[in-house]
Amino acid sequence: MTTTLPRTDALATVRGRRARSSRGGAIGAFLLRRVIRLLWSVVALVTVVFLMVRMIPGDPVRNALGTNATAAIVEARRESLGLNDPLWQQYLSFWKGLLTGNLGESFSLHLPVTTILEQRLPATLELAFLSLATVLVVSIPLGIVIAALTRGGRRPGLDVAYTSVSGLVAVIPEFVIGVALVYLFAVQTTLLPVAGREGPNSYVLPVLALSIGLIAGVSRIVRVEALTVFSQDYIRTARAKRMSRRRLYLNHALPNLVTPALTVGGLVLGSLVAGTVLVETIFSWPGLGLTIVDAVRSKDFPLAQGIVLVYGLIVLVANLLIDFVLVCLDPRSTLKDA
Amino acid sequence: MTTLPPPIPAAPAASSSSRHALVTALRSPLGIVASLLLVTLILLATFGPVIWGETAKVADLTQLSMAPSAAHPLGTDAGGRDVLARLLSATRISVVTAVLATAIGVTLGVLLGLLPTVAPNWVARVVNSILGVALAFPSLLLAIVVSIIVGVGVVSVTLAIGLAMAPAYARLAQTLGASAAGRDYVDAARVLGVSRFRILTRHVLPNVRDPLIVNASIGAGTALVASTGLSFLGLGVQAPDYDWGRMLNESLDGIFVNAAPTLGLSAAIVFAGVTFALVGETLARAFGLNRSPRRQRRRRGASNDEVAPLHVVDDPVLRVRDLQVRVPRGDGWADPVRGVSFDVGRGEIVGVVGESGSGKSLTCMAVAALLEEPIEVAASTVQFEGTELTAGGRVSSRISSAGVAHQLGARMAFVLQDPATSLNPALHVGTQVAEVGLLHGGLDRKSAHRRAVDRLDAVRIPDAAQRAQAYPHEFSGGMRQRAMIAMGLMGEPALLIADEPTTALDVTVQREVMSLLAEVNEVKGTALLFVSHDIALVSSFCTRVLVMYRGAIVEDLTAADLAAGRARHPYTRALVEAIPHLEAEPGTAFATIAEDAEFPTEPVGSRS
Amino acid sequence: MTELVLEDVRVRYGSGSSAHDAVKGVSLTVASGRTVGLVGESGSGKSTIARAIVGLHEPHAGRILVDGTDVVRAHGRTAVLRRDVQMIFQDASSSLDPRMNVGASIAEALEVRRPDLKDVKARRAEVARLLEVVELDPARVGDLPSQLSGGQRQRVAIARALAAAPRVLLADEITSALDVSVQGTVLNLLRKVQQELDLTVLFISHNLAVVRQLCEEVAVMKNGLLVESGPTTRVIDAPEHPYTRELVRAVPRLGVPLAETPLSRSGDPR
Repeated sequence: MTTTLPRTDALATVRGRRARSSRGGAIGAFLLRRVIRLLWSVVALVTVVFLMVRMIPGDPVRNALGTNATAAIVEARRESLGLNDPLWQQYLSFWKGLLTGNLGESFSLHLPVTTILEQRLPATLELAFLSLATVLVVSIPLGIVIAALTRGGRRPGLDVAYTSVSGLVAVIPEFVIGVALVYLFAVQTTLLPVAGREGPNSYVLPVLALSIGLIAGVSRIVRVEALTVFSQDYIRTARAKRMSRRRLYLNHALPNLVTPALTVGGLVLGSLVAGTVLVETIFSWPGLGLTIVDAVRSKDFPLAQGIVLVYGLIVLVANLLIDFVLVCLDPRSTLKDA
Repeated sequence: MTTLPPPIPAAPAASSSSRHALVTALRSPLGIVASLLLVTLILLATFGPVIWGETAKVADLTQLSMAPSAAHPLGTDAGGRDVLARLLSATRISVVTAVLATAIGVTLGVLLGLLPTVAPNWVARVVNSILGVALAFPSLLLAIVVSIIVGVGVVSVTLAIGLAMAPAYARLAQTLGASAAGRDYVDAARVLGVSRFRILTRHVLPNVRDPLIVNASIGAGTALVASTGLSFLGLGVQAPDYDWGRMLNESLDGIFVNAAPTLGLSAAIVFAGVTFALVGETLARAFGLNRSPRRQRRRRGASNDEVAPLHVVDDPVLRVRDLQVRVPRGDGWADPVRGVSFDVGRGEIVGVVGESGSGKSLTCMAVAALLEEPIEVAASTVQFEGTELTAGGRVSSRISSAGVAHQLGARMAFVLQDPATSLNPALHVGTQVAEVGLLHGGLDRKSAHRRAVDRLDAVRIPDAAQRAQAYPHEFSGGMRQRAMIAMGLMGEPALLIADEPTTALDVTVQREVMSLLAEVNEVKGTALLFVSHDIALVSSFCTRVLVMYRGAIVEDLTAADLAAGRARHPYTRALVEAIPHLEAEPGTAFATIAEDAEFPTEPVGSRS
Repeated sequence: MTELVLEDVRVRYGSGSSAHDAVKGVSLTVASGRTVGLVGESGSGKSTIARAIVGLHEPHAGRILVDGTDVVRAHGRTAVLRRDVQMIFQDASSSLDPRMNVGASIAEALEVRRPDLKDVKARRAEVARLLEVVELDPARVGDLPSQLSGGQRQRVAIARALAAAPRVLLADEITSALDVSVQGTVLNLLRKVQQELDLTVLFISHNLAVVRQLCEEVAVMKNGLLVESGPTTRVIDAPEHPYTRELVRAVPRLGVPLAETPLSRSGDPR
């Protein structure tokens, strides 16, 4: 049957010439566009955070100071925080504060918010990025290997076993895994510490708790992508060259899997950062997660606001970095754009 | 919370009976388990508080934090209450919160996602930029933000999670809607003049609905986990109310004394999460969005039918006898190639013509040992330059000996059908061509590359040295096919298998590629096995033509005989009649072949 | 009796620096009741023109006249007039909604364009009649597209186009996705329908032999421009423009060896 394949794209030659001669320029242009998008996202983030506090019903200052504070004290506090100024003025001074590194003072801890952030941020960053690395390093090879072993209906037993186990583990929330780990390592054995951040051993359980569920989930996605790649025509062309299986997977399949894998990594980053909140609580990890829960409960809005800002910035910047790596690796992506 | 973005499913298959698919899915092991779990969950949620509510309230101050016993299977908590009873009565609030939050998220998300399709452009842009930022933000944090604004408690948690889920569903609805809107049938409706709203409800929404339902049910599981997480953090249900999350937090304090509550609660949370996930998976199978795993089929033994070739050649480059190709279909097998025997002589140009379903492409891939499991290839013999490729009556895609691999790699060349996808998009064209020299030509990297550039030049690709550094997407279709030919010319090919190499090309480009193939045949003496549906092209290019119909060769004749109208098989004659040609009388009716016409599948008598 | 006229139509894709003109100024007349062919290779702009005529992608310059009325960016009554021009798409497996059965797809056209058919019964009768016109078994009215063969699907697409009571019909590569054995049936059907309803037809194709046998006139496009047009037998049997000559010469003919010409040292011709 005559297939309805697209006829030759006469433009490809022209585009190809243009792209090749300025590939570096294209990457530069892409990066510029992406950074501009990042800046808009930061503006949106800051605005949302700003409005968030202003939307709290009732008087946030009174809420924070409690019902015993006199009206005079409350009023004085409001004045000092500039809460009686018109909204646009508050917005501008908020930006001013941001750019000069002044985020106000925490109601509950009586320290500058920036100081608290400086102290606690490293712990969360370590946890998040260690876990991201673990997830990627384990799940990408795992997904590819399982795909290679089960493609074309081979080894249906392995297929079912993997799908069931990974499906089950992916559903288990990280706080349940964390709790189970605490049970294992606090109650049953004491091989690894379950609280605090002292010494390399203390990193093991928190990272595990964050990673296990995501490894199951990400490897499933990588497997599906790998199966798609394996069924492509260019893999058949490669097989026609009669090379070893190993060469086929490493030199021909793998380069096409880097992009989807990194993309998934980017999406996973958001969940990871969110997961740190729970895991830090369970393992008493001195990061931002512990802090924000307390801040919300004690209605310490300058602190809560600062932490949310930092979380948002981490995710936005990390996504930018991943996009940048992606564009360097994938020769076609500069032609696309959001 | 461990949330992966909802997977974007492939285009849903329109099943002839969706009810049938649903019933099949429910009857499968997966469906049965999912249904049982779901029923259990619903029953517990509905009747839990009714049955165990009172027991849960009983606080026995003499039995604080006791270990499991007959009276208290999971022990008691710090307030002397039976943990199991509390766990079971807490099912309702956990499940209801999850379902409500999902409902909020999906409804809001779908509205936001589909709004741009009916609203003016600027609205669409604003919504999209907000969505873009919201999506980058982890949903748990969004939920925390909402908690900050609305305060803590079960209502705020439900609202928070619902709002946090909305962006993901908006993006999903958008993607699904856009892919549905991009389909030709939506264009057709627009040309008819169907209103935008009607198009949305009649053509777009039904295609959006099924994947959305699947994602929503998986999302309910995520929502349950999220609300439990928020309660765990103390932001959800407040004392004296309780749910699983709050209970889990409390149980952690007493884990050294009595670990049973922790384990029991963990099990309960996982149980609920798994239930929703399995329900989602079952629905996906029912809607035809995921393929069910294939059941093991019995392998049929190779049949002994012998098919005599219609034309035997001495010292052929390729000899095929009794080739059969079987593919799994449904619960059984199908035979797209049912006994094919032919020879290809040295330097011959043999064409294979047939329509869709004739088996011509599969035949070529089969003799080249390129078909993999689960497709099965059987033959009594397939010899390439004297080397036997069958083992035990089968042709396997695994080449056992290095020598055979080298022979095939260096002496058998290919040009395959779709130039857009035959070359690896992630590798330079030059690298892909040079690889043949590396693998089978005994060349080192530099020499292989040099030869590759030389071959690219030989197929008349301009600026070959520079183009070798380019990626396939920078080549046009005709150039990609030439690159494939160059790949084949790295060795000294005895046979070049071309499977519809010019179907996707313009007719002027086709002529150039065909001339190149003719040149390869003349200069290098390479035999060609040329598959096409275009009989005119085959007759003008090949010396001998095999006509395939329903998996068998029905005629083997010279191109001259074919062109002169000396074909003998009725199918061949009908095909030749049906081709439109430039000498036809304008304004006359086109020759047709009735759609239900059945031609004999026996071949016409053989020549010697 | 409806005439379709294109006056210096230009169609642009993209915007700003990445804009490119797929159609660069095409003027063409399809006289009332005639069948005119439009041929060209990829990138010629022939499909783009079809989409512009039916309003799927508006031209940024030029006029498209249906019986003298410009229908570009039509509103109100002009928009209704524009719907007198209907299109049959290349691949019926994607131009028919896979979830709608044959009767429903055809009825959709009736709903919009035949308000005179007031009730379900009248529409059902018309659907049955149309199925007979395209020589499909009326019992197939409840079948889904996936249950039909390629040729049958294309016939349903033709029935749907006819249900919209068109006066001008655009056929965009309607047989390219079909086997040779089935093409003849669809083409004969198109001719029969054209004759019986006195339709004006613009037949877009890359297959010169089909166009020569079916169309009275032909226009040849290349890179967004019209390079030659005229009576079919003259243009194809005695082409004047070098590109048309090249095109005609490249068509494989049964039993005629591919012409020997010194091949240009180029990536592709031109």
